[in-house]
Amino acid sequence: MRDRVLRINLTDYSYEVEERPELVEEWIGGVGIAVQLFRESMRDLKADPLSEENVIVFANGPFTLAYPYASKTVAMFKSPLTGELGESHAGGRTATALASAGYTAMVIEGRSDKPVYVVVDEDRVHFRDGRSLRGIRDSLILSRILAEIEGGKGERSIVRAGYGGEKLVRFACVTTETYRHFGRLGLGAVFGSKNLLAVVVRGKKTFRPRDPERYREVYREIYRLGVESDAMKKYHLLGTAENVLPLRELRALPVKNLTENYIECEDISGESLAEHSLGRRIACAHCPTACIHIAVLRQEYENERYFYKTLMISYDYELIYALGSMIGVTRRDDLLRLIHRVETYGLDAISTGVCLAWATEALERGVVSEKETIVRLSFGDADSYLKAIDYLVEQPNEFYEALARGVRFAAKKYGGEEFAIAVAGNEIPGYNTGYANYVGLLIGMRHSHLDNGGYSLDQKQPKLEAREAVDRLVKEEMWRQVLSSLVVCFFARGVFSPELVSRAFEPLGVEMGVDELNEAGRRIYLEKVRLKKEMGYVPSLSDLPERVFEVETPAGVLRRGYFEEALDYYMREYYSKV
Amino acid sequence: MKVLRLADPEKCVGCGLCMFACSRKNARDPRMGIGHAGIRAVSLSGFERGATVIFCHACAEPPCAQVCPTNALRPRKGGGVTYSEKDCLGCRTCVDACKIGAIFGRDDGKIAVCVHCGYCVDFCPHGVLEVVEA
Ligand code: SF4
Ligand code: SF4
Ligand code: SF4
Repeated sequence: MRDRVLRINLTDYSYEVEERPELVEEWIGGVGIAVQLFRESMRDLKADPLSEENVIVFANGPFTLAYPYASKTVAMFKSPLTGELGESHAGGRTATALASAGYTAMVIEGRSDKPVYVVVDEDRVHFRDGRSLRGIRDSLILSRILAEIEGGKGERSIVRAGYGGEKLVRFACVTTETYRHFGRLGLGAVFGSKNLLAVVVRGKKTFRPRDPERYREVYREIYRLGVESDAMKKYHLLGTAENVLPLRELRALPVKNLTENYIECEDISGESLAEHSLGRRIACAHCPTACIHIAVLRQEYENERYFYKTLMISYDYELIYALGSMIGVTRRDDLLRLIHRVETYGLDAISTGVCLAWATEALERGVVSEKETIVRLSFGDADSYLKAIDYLVEQPNEFYEALARGVRFAAKKYGGEEFAIAVAGNEIPGYNTGYANYVGLLIGMRHSHLDNGGYSLDQKQPKLEAREAVDRLVKEEMWRQVLSSLVVCFFARGVFSPELVSRAFEPLGVEMGVDELNEAGRRIYLEKVRLKKEMGYVPSLSDLPERVFEVETPAGVLRRGYFEEALDYYMREYYSKV
Repeated sequence: MKVLRLADPEKCVGCGLCMFACSRKNARDPRMGIGHAGIRAVSLSGFERGATVIFCHACAEPPCAQVCPTNALRPRKGGGVTYSEKDCLGCRTCVDACKIGAIFGRDDGKIAVCVHCGYCVDFCPHGVLEVVEA
């Protein structure tokens, strides 16, 4: 197995390569090894996330390069948004490029004095002056420039923060290949604080399987499963955007800062987007599904007739929720304009939408005034939101400075915590499906809804007892630690059954039975909880905003008692044993 | 003789499965990675402009073979070239001769070029590639 770890130090522009066979043997790859590398590299777990002490770990896994769908890279860092462990996964070509450069992980430490970007090649790391690349407001342009100067077409990945990261917006993201994001928890701000504009990774190293014949057979089997079975159908067709209407029918789509649960939003449904706006699909490296849906937005110049610009904007369910229903925006063009603005700055769309939704309600209720918000925010008014997004990045006053630190921070400062829709500082994904979702957000690993199966558990088994829901969520999450250590895309979780994973390991020369895999998942899960605990994580009912207990869900209005029981049980059975 | 052709370049999603397939095509020594591939999936200056693939388009009179000092590349019936790995010096003269940039450096210093075997066609999920009779 690939076991080389690249350590880059930005303070003195140095790097070294470590061979770590013991690491991949015990912890597989991806999340499993990222937890270990993060812990050993971070000298002080209590350090300020925007200080030089924070470290960033990127990791791929043993299936990267070997099999389809092994397209994700795991990032681990201390989150400047929550102050706790930050974990974020992205597709694109980063995983395959890093593996092709010969590495299973890359650790970035220290802080550069001046803006730089880093180029990782097969046998060298180059530190490049980035002073002339600072202050580019449209981060798509930054990546075009880097693509132009660095070459390596088809063999590289450009991992870059945007202007939002440069401006230290605490939920700024890091983007790869234009449309894929290390979205959640503020990795972009960590880049910004390190004066790191981008990392370009390129390489074409290849690896030999232990058993060539079996390898080609298993590969073919996974490929067939992916393209032929319906395990991937959902993502094949409308993408995750297909959830919009069904979730709304269930009354599980958060609307207007979770004050309502129904909105006329046919125009921004997956069906409507696909029919009227879908312009192209693209894929992460090594993925036959190509779930990245890209809409075309044709816009006339403001002052000149018959001049048009054509923008290509990627969308999925989370964006439709956060920059659509959550802020009452229901026109397709409005939604796409907002997504584009957020993409341009490199912000996390979910956090941005939730922050705007809170600010709107705060303004409506007189918690803040137009003196703070500068523009008159109102649900559904896309133009005011476009301006507010500019302010979030530029931070022209104290209010936007606070909001750029996330909704929890802003609400603590100005009031309105009851309707600041975040759990432990992380703005929530869009699944007001019932108990399991919120329990999942409380006890989950929190990088996104995908870390816990809560929203789907709510739909499949809405009447679960609190304890059982906890057990089920934890069990699912343990298995997902295996998938995110391999690292395969969670959307392909229907393809990668424990039995198949075990078989896919064989030709690579690794013996891992189903039981062993489950055991590895359990160990990695516990290690992560332990790390989170050391960084201050204590799940508590007060992490949930009041609003969650007021709005109707498919399971009715949620009772506190259920959460008390669930948390009590979780603390006893899992948390305290770590 | 068969040759690999673009059935419809506009359909390419840039997944690179063809590259992985090409690296894997040698049954005795399949490689995991893209470094042994004679084909590249590239974005068109950023994925917002889409993606396409680059590979040998089977010149009738292959300049790459003409400049190869060791005859590692030889004209192939039906167009394009055959490649004899053991004769290749890794001098990369051929890389410059191919104006469409269809010869790629390999991780071991030698080169990778499409020899029109057609193995990748089965792994392109979107009908971008096809094999036709030259
Ligand atoms: S590699 Fe290039 S020059 Fe050689 S035959 Fe193919 S297209 Fe022509
Ligand atoms: S036809 Fe054969 S040699 Fe050419 S790109 Fe496809 S797999 Fe590679
Ligand atoms: S497999 Fe097909 S769709 Fe994917 S990059 Fe190759 S040609 Fe394009």
